[in-house]
Amino acid sequence: MSALLVVIAAALSAVSGLPPLLARKHSRGADLFSAALLVTGSLVGLAAVGTAVAGVGGPPLRLEWHLPGALLEIAVDGLSALFLLPLFVISGLGAVYATSYWPPLRHPRTAPLLRLFYGVTTSAIAIVFVARNSILFLMAWEVMALGAFLMVLTEGRRRDVRQAGWIYITATHTGTLALFALFAIVASLNEGSFHLGLLRAGLASSPAGMAVFWLALFGFGLKAGIMPMHIWLPGAHAATPSHVSALMSGVLIKTGIYGLVRILSLFPDPPLLWGGVLLAFGAVSGVLGVAYALGQHDLKKLLAYHSIENIGIITMGLGLWLGGRSLGEPVWAVLGLAGGLLHVVNHAFFKALLFLGAGSVIHATGTREMDRMGGLLGRLPRTSSTFLVGAVAICGLPPLNGFVSEFLIYLGLLRPATSPGPVAIGAAGAAAALALIGGLALSCFVKAFGTVFLGTPRDPATFRAHEASAMTLPLLILSGLCVFVGLFPFATAPLLNRACLGAGLPADVSRAAPLATLSLVQIAIAAVLLGVSWLLARRLRDDVARRQPLPTWDCGYAAGTSRMQYTSSSFASWSVDLFRWALSPREEKPRFPHPFPAKGHYESHVPDAVLDRILVPAFRRGGWLLSRARVIQRGQMQLYLLYVVIILLVLLWRV
Amino acid sequence: MTLFADPVLVLVMLVNFVVLGTSRMRATIRASAAQGAILAVLPLLVQQEVRWHILVMAAGAATLKGLVIPGLLQKAMRDVQIRHEVEPYVGFLASLFIGAGGSGMAILFSSKLPLAPEHAGGLLVPAALSTVFTGFLILVTRRKAISQVVGYLVLENGIFIFGLLLIDAMPFMVEIGVLLDLFVGIFVMGIIMNRIREEFASLDTEHLAELRD
Amino acid sequence: MGTYLASIAIHEILLLFMPPLLLGVINKTKAVFAGRTGPPLLQPYYDLARLFRKGSVFSSTTTWVFRAAPAIGLASGLLAAQFVPLGRHPAPVSFEGDLFLFVYLFGLARFFTATAALDTGSAFEGMGAAREVSFGSLAEPALILGLLVLARLSGSLSLGPMLHDPWSAGWLTRGASLVLVAASWAIVLLAENCRIPFDDPNTHLELTMIHEVMVLDHSGPAFGVILYGASVKLFVLGALLLHLLFPFGQLDPGLDWIGFVAGMVFLAISVGVVESITARLRLSRVPQLLVTASVLSAFGMLLVVR
Repeated sequence: MSALLVVIAAALSAVSGLPPLLARKHSRGADLFSAALLVTGSLVGLAAVGTAVAGVGGPPLRLEWHLPGALLEIAVDGLSALFLLPLFVISGLGAVYATSYWPPLRHPRTAPLLRLFYGVTTSAIAIVFVARNSILFLMAWEVMALGAFLMVLTEGRRRDVRQAGWIYITATHTGTLALFALFAIVASLNEGSFHLGLLRAGLASSPAGMAVFWLALFGFGLKAGIMPMHIWLPGAHAATPSHVSALMSGVLIKTGIYGLVRILSLFPDPPLLWGGVLLAFGAVSGVLGVAYALGQHDLKKLLAYHSIENIGIITMGLGLWLGGRSLGEPVWAVLGLAGGLLHVVNHAFFKALLFLGAGSVIHATGTREMDRMGGLLGRLPRTSSTFLVGAVAICGLPPLNGFVSEFLIYLGLLRPATSPGPVAIGAAGAAAALALIGGLALSCFVKAFGTVFLGTPRDPATFRAHEASAMTLPLLILSGLCVFVGLFPFATAPLLNRACLGAGLPADVSRAAPLATLSLVQIAIAAVLLGVSWLLARRLRDDVARRQPLPTWDCGYAAGTSRMQYTSSSFASWSVDLFRWALSPREEKPRFPHPFPAKGHYESHVPDAVLDRILVPAFRRGGWLLSRARVIQRGQMQLYLLYVVIILLVLLWRV
Repeated sequence: MTLFADPVLVLVMLVNFVVLGTSRMRATIRASAAQGAILAVLPLLVQQEVRWHILVMAAGAATLKGLVIPGLLQKAMRDVQIRHEVEPYVGFLASLFIGAGGSGMAILFSSKLPLAPEHAGGLLVPAALSTVFTGFLILVTRRKAISQVVGYLVLENGIFIFGLLLIDAMPFMVEIGVLLDLFVGIFVMGIIMNRIREEFASLDTEHLAELRD
Repeated sequence: MGTYLASIAIHEILLLFMPPLLLGVINKTKAVFAGRTGPPLLQPYYDLARLFRKGSVFSSTTTWVFRAAPAIGLASGLLAAQFVPLGRHPAPVSFEGDLFLFVYLFGLARFFTATAALDTGSAFEGMGAAREVSFGSLAEPALILGLLVLARLSGSLSLGPMLHDPWSAGWLTRGASLVLVAASWAIVLLAENCRIPFDDPNTHLELTMIHEVMVLDHSGPAFGVILYGASVKLFVLGALLLHLLFPFGQLDPGLDWIGFVAGMVFLAISVGVVESITARLRLSRVPQLLVTASVLSAFGMLLVVR
């Protein structure tokens, strides 16, 4: 039944873009109808998730298809259900959000197309999560990639957007190339069948198995944004409209994680190397992702780099899972996989929340530069409180949901760290990396929340800010979900258990981790925090009521302006300095040759090292080399025929 | 017996970090002197029974490494007016990380070495390896001649710890070796420092690069 | 059961009433070193009482974040203290993996303190907040790595049992790594509580301070809550470190409490001595020392795993 429901949901999403396209221009009714279609699709999809988790999902759906090797085989197991959950939550809420964030009235040219691509991409992602045949999987994968590409190009008139789009399409097709090879090898290991089923034991350590691992890490890692395969991610996330960024960051990049789990779970006996490699890649992505995030002053790029960080945390969980399986330690494996997968869901919730919140801020102020914002808390009260919830959650702080998934991974790392042997060193290093990630993420979100919402407005544009209710409703729902998962982590146990089962690991998460106790403690923490705040607030009530319009203590300097507030770049400069060796920030400083210098100009950027320092120069060099080959392009017909003859002769001679 | 030696060896390894992490020249000299003095105690702890020549050796090593050489270095610092900062090629934090990584590798590596059973569990070999590594690191990454001498001293200390492995088997050889080593060490340092000072009136090894064609 | 409840009650009483005493002891020690009589030992209590009686002034820039932050900071410290045993007695709350909650609760406090500082819109407070969060992120790995060392030594996954007498297996075999962790945590203790050599709780030079500069704009009861919260943090981290320095549990339970209080006073005196005889570090050297703390803990881990 779940399989059928998912197909219905996918179909509804796919057609949801048609009404605005067919209707008259700027028709608000058609737009609302489209959103309603997508929300209905999401609800149907969530019903599918519910039935699958409850264990009444029924048999998979199988239909013959006139393509060699292909079979329309759709099954919703726990793993699919876990990834479908954030997909349907976010696509539905994003559709509601878009009705007032990107209305056809203001964007008559792009809005209808955006609705179409959004629906089609949602539907393609849904099929990716449930396809059990590698050809169907790849087709859905391509539709998803192209849909996302077209959405990135929504504002294609801008140069930076076009550039981000090209980088994305190049990256995603490079990844797809790897996936073609990957699925071919898997099919050959599977006696030529393209059905994605469990493989024989003993294949994992063979050269073919190793090739599958590295190809999966590259191909799926490119989609997920594991460093250093993250090059496309910040640009594309920043360029798209915010509800699309929410979908991309919340769900689309998770298809990479899904692919990794699905493919690696086909091997019953992964070698220890796999786990170690994933743990190392995860730690590097996590630490450097957040370090890059600290260097950004574009709000959406900052959030995009945080996606890389969180993908790193998830990858660490997956590494623990593989390591636990190789060493025959089911508890480590369960904690790692459950922690990683719960972080997939959690990250989807709080990152969508943050991207949508950022969208509201950008919508209100008309800029993505954090250093031009400030003091928005009073003007966007609901956006700012929900953004704060998201910020606390993404830092992994108790009592919200981010802490729960990081707790599972920590607990999973603690066990190998206390067991004999050198595994402990790796686990301890990973735990230390996770702690560092947590601390740096905290400073990054203090910076983001502080510069955007607190203090006084740095730019006059900020004064006009206001918020719309269709845009705050999704924010409230998402922050409710963050609080819910944080306070009642045991409620996620059935979902996680079934997801682990889907990855071939029979699990009881509540037995592996004290989820019920954690739930009690989290509720107690929330209660104490609220209680103490309430007591203090009551004590301060009279003073607040009586307060006079007084300035902040300015240390005796009476002519301070709002431009003198600490900016996001200065706030992060300590941490950026610590990671100077990796980030290599660019600075443009004014010179002061005389005692009375002319007007100066200061600029600092943290460009992406992999893209700007390695790939772009390498491609430029490559392009130059290839341009040498242009000598043979003479434009004369006879010459080309000669080439053909020469090639023919060479081939014949070789034969 | 090695039970008592292990905490001392940890101390020695910690001094490595201090030498790597401090920016003050005098502090690094003092730290290396302290390391030498701590090391002088080690023969007494590693040895099964106390013999007089071990005592003499300990006393000699302590005076030389703890007092004489550092004293000479401090005097050299006074004689030539140079800045008291270390001025490394590689930052302090980075060299600290590299040193810590090296020590970790030393511990892991020495657990793989085919050692005599009485040395296998202890910290003697890891401490020796990591001290030698630290010495090399300082020699490679520091600019001033005096820092180079400090690096050489630390390297020496590492070799000294290695020598302790043999103390039961051939005590006399070890002593001779150690003393000879020290002698050569002081000799070489003295020559290098004198030459640099005479030639350039400073103690920066970068000036040596000007001697090439 | 009765003794358990009694020990919980004593735990809470000590936690609620003892922390300001530590500040008094530190100040007294510093006064003695400086040849002054110094304020009375109980001065911090008087200060807190005075602040709670006062009214407060709020800048018109600030919002509810500014007013909620002191309470959240204090509550997080008190909550974190529930996982730490004092002396050989059980911690009130203990479960598998609570050490991570312990560390992250301090993160929560840091998040809100720094956010409140940015809420004022003052450049000085922004500076302090930037320093606080950057240095805090470096202290976290040191704390976690040290806890992992203890977890490995004790074989336990929760904070209470792993702190109960880490010395019991003999200090000769584990002494080295315990000393390393203790050194690392001593650095963390001084840095996180903004003591010299990292920060000077007494100066009012805004440009050189870390913690004090973040709370410049708080006044009255809110400032009292902040002061009290800071002393609770000192108390909790101090109790953590104390378990590495003293073998509790050799005496009978009653004497053990007295031993704990004496140990905490001794720790406060040591902090006072350190503050009196060291100069403040140059600000740019602070991260270096914090990284050193992590390196020490990591090294301790290596020694244990070997």
